[in-house]
Amino acid sequence: MKKLMLGNEAVARGAYEAGVTVASSYPGTPSTEITEFISKYDEIYSEWAPNEKVATEVAVGAAIAGARSLSAMKHVGVNVAADPIFTASYTGVEGGLVICVADDPGMHSSQNEQDSRNYAIAAKLPMLEPSDSGECKEFIKLAYNISEEFDTPVLFRLTTRVAHSQSLVELSERTEKELGEYKKNSPKYAMIPGYARPKHIAVEKRTQALEEYSSKTEINKIIKGSDKIGVIAAGISYQYAKEAMPEASFLKLGLINPLPMGKIAEFAKSVEKCYIIEELDPVFERQIKAAGIEVIGKELLPLCGEYSAQLIKEKILSEELPKALETEPVPVRPPVMCPGCSHRGVFYVLKKLGLSVSGDIGCYSLGCMQPLDSIDSIVCMGASISALHGMEKARGREFAKKSVAVLGDSTFIHSGITGLIDIVYNKGTSTVIILDNSITGMTGHQQNPSTGLTIKGEPTKQVDLIKLCDAIGIERVVVADPFDVKNFEKVLKEELEADEPSVIIAQRPCALIKKAGYSGLYEISDKCKNCKICMKLGCPAISLAGGKPQIDETLCVGCGLCPNVCPFGAIERVK
Amino acid sequence: MNIMIVGVGGQGTLLASRIIGAATLATGADVKLSEVHGMSQRGGSVVTYVKYGEDIASPVIDKGEADVILAFEKLEALRSVPFLKNGGTLIVNTQETNPMPVITGAAEYPENIIEKIENMGVNVIACDALALAKEAGNLKSVNVALIGVLAKHSNIEKNIWLDALSETVKPQFLEVNEKAFCLGYEL
Repeated sequence: MKKLMLGNEAVARGAYEAGVTVASSYPGTPSTEITEFISKYDEIYSEWAPNEKVATEVAVGAAIAGARSLSAMKHVGVNVAADPIFTASYTGVEGGLVICVADDPGMHSSQNEQDSRNYAIAAKLPMLEPSDSGECKEFIKLAYNISEEFDTPVLFRLTTRVAHSQSLVELSERTEKELGEYKKNSPKYAMIPGYARPKHIAVEKRTQALEEYSSKTEINKIIKGSDKIGVIAAGISYQYAKEAMPEASFLKLGLINPLPMGKIAEFAKSVEKCYIIEELDPVFERQIKAAGIEVIGKELLPLCGEYSAQLIKEKILSEELPKALETEPVPVRPPVMCPGCSHRGVFYVLKKLGLSVSGDIGCYSLGCMQPLDSIDSIVCMGASISALHGMEKARGREFAKKSVAVLGDSTFIHSGITGLIDIVYNKGTSTVIILDNSITGMTGHQQNPSTGLTIKGEPTKQVDLIKLCDAIGIERVVVADPFDVKNFEKVLKEELEADEPSVIIAQRPCALIKKAGYSGLYEISDKCKNCKICMKLGCPAISLAGGKPQIDETLCVGCGLCPNVCPFGAIERVK
Repeated sequence: MNIMIVGVGGQGTLLASRIIGAATLATGADVKLSEVHGMSQRGGSVVTYVKYGEDIASPVIDKGEADVILAFEKLEALRSVPFLKNGGTLIVNTQETNPMPVITGAAEYPENIIEKIENMGVNVIACDALALAKEAGNLKSVNVALIGVLAKHSNIEKNIWLDALSETVKPQFLEVNEKAFCLGYEL
């Protein structure tokens, strides 16, 4: 049976068919749906972990204990998970272990454009990369065989255009994989220096064996075409190249680390000109050129952003592009906080008070955009808190009185807690606002340890943020509704003045989840004096019509924030 | 055949592309869809692609390659015009949603968009899909009303579209969506 499937769904299907029984991940675009689809298979235990490091360690433990396991994350998640990944490379596995890594060329939903293939080289791990959904499924199954045959975790690279594209997949049945033995084997799994030294030697030998395998495996295949142009490519770049130059010869790579250098040399010799087409870093190119093979790559193609068939035609074939219609400059439409967004009240107050704001990763990152533009810095998950502490230590107590950190509930659990402990332990006085909207929002509404529900929606113990803050030594913890803007402003001013660290939990559910329960509609009546304070909220539902603010009935969700800022009581509920 | 769907995050372009995908799949063609998830979904410009035919390689549509553009919003229609093939068709919902730079006063919403696009020699089919959705009984069925318009101008039979619709939308919303589809189809 053939089915149209998202790349991520096909990865999940592949894990199901391969007999995987344990999956642990932290959500991150474009990887999230892998684990969401896995959670629909009852044969696989699945969970959202607090962060990617924990998720990877859970998968490593499951693999040591004999199960086929999986962890999925976005590219920057690998930075968090790098610690267990590098050493699991030494320990190897009992049951197969696959770590899926989704890169985001073009940064559709990311803070950087790092190329995870570099990790495969650094951690000395085999890496596979599919180019469509069908390959997503088949390659995952192969990845488990490689993992068990070579006693190694396997990295599985996706990019946005593979993870979030749909193409046809041929479904098969699940093959149950018997749970392997749990053997006490500390020289293999307890990585103290004395045991790790021989393991390093074993890893180097494994890489040699994998390189031989890389030249033999049929997923590194030569597709004979014209002998004038040869292309070496993997993943979505292969699809772009195939569309741009259907006549060319291809060496299509599926196992992208270690490279099949013998096969590459033979292929390059068989064509007049050999091009390497790879988005982002010249990972293949550097290695191939270092092996003394003549190829052309980044001399012609860019290091930044996504490629396309058209870009390849233009840069390699020097083809003139079809004349596209031209329009006048069109105003940009950047993403915005949704109508009813619980964060809007917080940023309205932060902007009003003119505070310096150390921001974090989530929907609320949009708080750095007009008109709420209050966030000054965003680095990585959890950095809002620790960076604010650094700012206080650099600039002193007076600065701390005019600055806050903001981060979401899921981000706080992910890696904000440790920063907060640093503030308490090292006598900081910073004010931290946890934007608790009862969900992991940006990635599409996943549960997390603070929501009280598991990935399958089952009730579970809920992290009590107040008790947690209390336990690490925060004596000032206040819960406040960000839509009661007057009170929120008052609370914030008090906490900024306090000569000790404080946490404000801004509690209100995300407008897109059922718990918010918004309905109805507001309208601006003739009591409006046109002061335009409501426009400062940056709500997409409020814009000027004939010079006066007006509410768009197709966008208003009836959240009730705007009447709270109107000084004239002109905004009234009509439904 | 290359179909591009453009709109504002939250308008239901993703569901629309999935209905088109299901319908084209039923014709026996090779199909690829490229979607947008994550941050860009939050009220920003969103673009999805549906390509079908024999052996599709890239899931992405480049400039000058779209046979049909289905635009859920007027400004997004204007933005997408460079992607249209010579002689291509633009189906556009006449609804206006102000982007944040227009709301803050940093930019102005362009005037006479439909006329401007028509003057470029584009075959424009303009419709008030919001009115159709209202008539169907749910403002959120704008996307399916537009699918109805697209279906009318496609070479895929109506019953294939209706099957694709019932396969894709949640059962509790099927009736209202079928109504919206038919209103678009009969326009």
